[in-house]
Amino acid sequence: MTPPSGFTAGTAAPPTGQGGAAPRAVAAKAPDPGEERRRARRSRRYRWDIKYSPYAFVAPFFLFFAVFGLFPLLYTGWASLHRVELTDPTHMEWAGWHNYSRLWDDEFFWNALQNTFTIGVISTVPQLLMALGLAHLLNYKLRGSMFFRVAILTPYATSVAAATLVFVLLFGRDYGMINWALGLVGIDNIDWQNGTWTSQLAVSAIVIWRWTGYNALIYLAAMQAVPSDLYESAALDGASRWQQFLHVTIPSLRPTILFTIVVSTIGATQLFGEPLLFNGGAGASGGPDHQYQTLGLYLYEQGWTNLHLGRASAIAWTMFLILLLIAAANAIVARRLRKSQ
Amino acid sequence: MSAVISSGRAAKATKGGKSPGSPGGKVSKGAKGAGRQLHGGKITYAVLTLFTIGSLFPLVWTAIAASRTSTRLAETPPPFWFGGNLFKNLDAAWNDVNMGAALLNTTMVAGTIAAGTVLFSTIAGFAFAKLRFRFKNLLLMLTIGTMMVPPQLSVVPLYMAIAKLQWTDQLQAVILPTLVSAFGVFFMRQYLTQALPTELIEAARVDGASSLRIIWHIVFPVARPAMAVLGMLTFVQAWNDFFWPIIALTQAGNPTVQVALTGLGRGYTVDQSLIMAGALLGTLPLLIAFVLFGKQIVGGIMQGAVKG
Repeated sequence: MTPPSGFTAGTAAPPTGQGGAAPRAVAAKAPDPGEERRRARRSRRYRWDIKYSPYAFVAPFFLFFAVFGLFPLLYTGWASLHRVELTDPTHMEWAGWHNYSRLWDDEFFWNALQNTFTIGVISTVPQLLMALGLAHLLNYKLRGSMFFRVAILTPYATSVAAATLVFVLLFGRDYGMINWALGLVGIDNIDWQNGTWTSQLAVSAIVIWRWTGYNALIYLAAMQAVPSDLYESAALDGASRWQQFLHVTIPSLRPTILFTIVVSTIGATQLFGEPLLFNGGAGASGGPDHQYQTLGLYLYEQGWTNLHLGRASAIAWTMFLILLLIAAANAIVARRLRKSQ
Repeated sequence: MSAVISSGRAAKATKGGKSPGSPGGKVSKGAKGAGRQLHGGKITYAVLTLFTIGSLFPLVWTAIAASRTSTRLAETPPPFWFGGNLFKNLDAAWNDVNMGAALLNTTMVAGTIAAGTVLFSTIAGFAFAKLRFRFKNLLLMLTIGTMMVPPQLSVVPLYMAIAKLQWTDQLQAVILPTLVSAFGVFFMRQYLTQALPTELIEAARVDGASSLRIIWHIVFPVARPAMAVLGMLTFVQAWNDFFWPIIALTQAGNPTVQVALTGLGRGYTVDQSLIMAGALLGTLPLLIAFVLFGKQIVGGIMQGAVKG
């Protein structure tokens, strides 16, 4: 088994003697030409393996991404400059910036943008705050802690479709459980589906229900990585538990909190299934007054109900630009955070 | 002054002198005591129980509603306990949208996507974690960047493509676009960076093992726990995927469970108990998986989060 190791010393593994050592090892052996050629071939194969196999290993990912991610991304941009109908999706007619200028004058687009923002805020903020509190509680030594963790994660296993269908019933105006419970404390039936604020709250509730536990576990993981002497020295300084949470836990969790904010924001920008199905099968308008129509839903309505794929593409690219803005803002905030530490 | 600089080494040599901040002592203590170990009080248990109920109640109520008649669901107060109509509703839901085919389709789609994601993520993650090649950091940044691209940006061209290929209602139309995942690559890279000793690979190289052999005989066995976790997470995600499947597949044709659910019970009158029965059927497989592997899934999410 000596010959291969002699060759790898020259080609790949840096620790053993390089350069001069390898040729001498070869020269010491009997100079059989066939053996030599075979070795040379093997060494060439070896060099190639070292050099090129990393690219082969990452290639499937990038290949799939190029075909199903990058190319469609660019092509969506191209299609957004055209008139394309769903009935004949391969026929494209140049339209310049028409789709974008039309979008600019489109009240439903601005409505959808505003709804996406509002629902995004009222679903993300309480969700992350509750998740933070939950993680704090789960970080105590508990009996049955694994049960609690699995239990709060089960909504994550429920699909958007199944969850929304149940919540439509729970939020029902006349026979829903939530209005019944509110009735017990003297509140009249609320029209969760047709009101503006109420319907946006109800849609947000579905998002909150599905994702709070997931985020709590992410925070919990970060909390468990906080060194305990930080708490000990804070306690020595006379900090109460609440002060410790505020001044030790939260600062240590900053990168994680930022991460969850970014992920939730991305999720909120794409919100689609909940508002679609909250309408109870009555189409993609997001309620009779479009009161909970999000950008994702508006894109779907333009493309697959109104058959304007070009316009849908323009909405998609607008969404992408918004996400890029968010990413840039995030990068700036992250850099500030790093500097301040 | 030189004594101070070399104190670390000196402390080790003299079995950790008296300095309280000697690195050895601190590390072992930190590792053991990371996170807080205070006991939870009654309020902690009460609040957690409340959240547990909140998390589980909608699911339990799905089953309750599925066991009632739709007329009972249109009465106040709403039902709080199971009725006797469960199997009748399940049977009706099963036949209404061909739930059997939908469940089979979803299993095939989610299974293939999970297998593909795990395989491609592991080899790419290994390359990013342990191999040296040009543009590695650039490619890694690119991988992370792709997580930002929402599915909305590809639906129009993908729809054009499947229209041209006549792939509507074909399962490959929903499998292929989600067969790899940037999150998966990143997840496996993080795991293999710490779990796979570089010396092990170097030793195998010295023995003349090719990269493929190293993947098969070293990387896969070491990565197996992370592969299982990634597989489960991907399976859940693929099972519940909604946006692209609802465009690529039709309810009447060859739907996945999520697509089938959107068309359930929508005859002349909306049959709510039937819809709930369908929702239950579509969720049950994952709930069973959660009961069996909940601990591993929780561990996987927390593991993926640490360096998220």
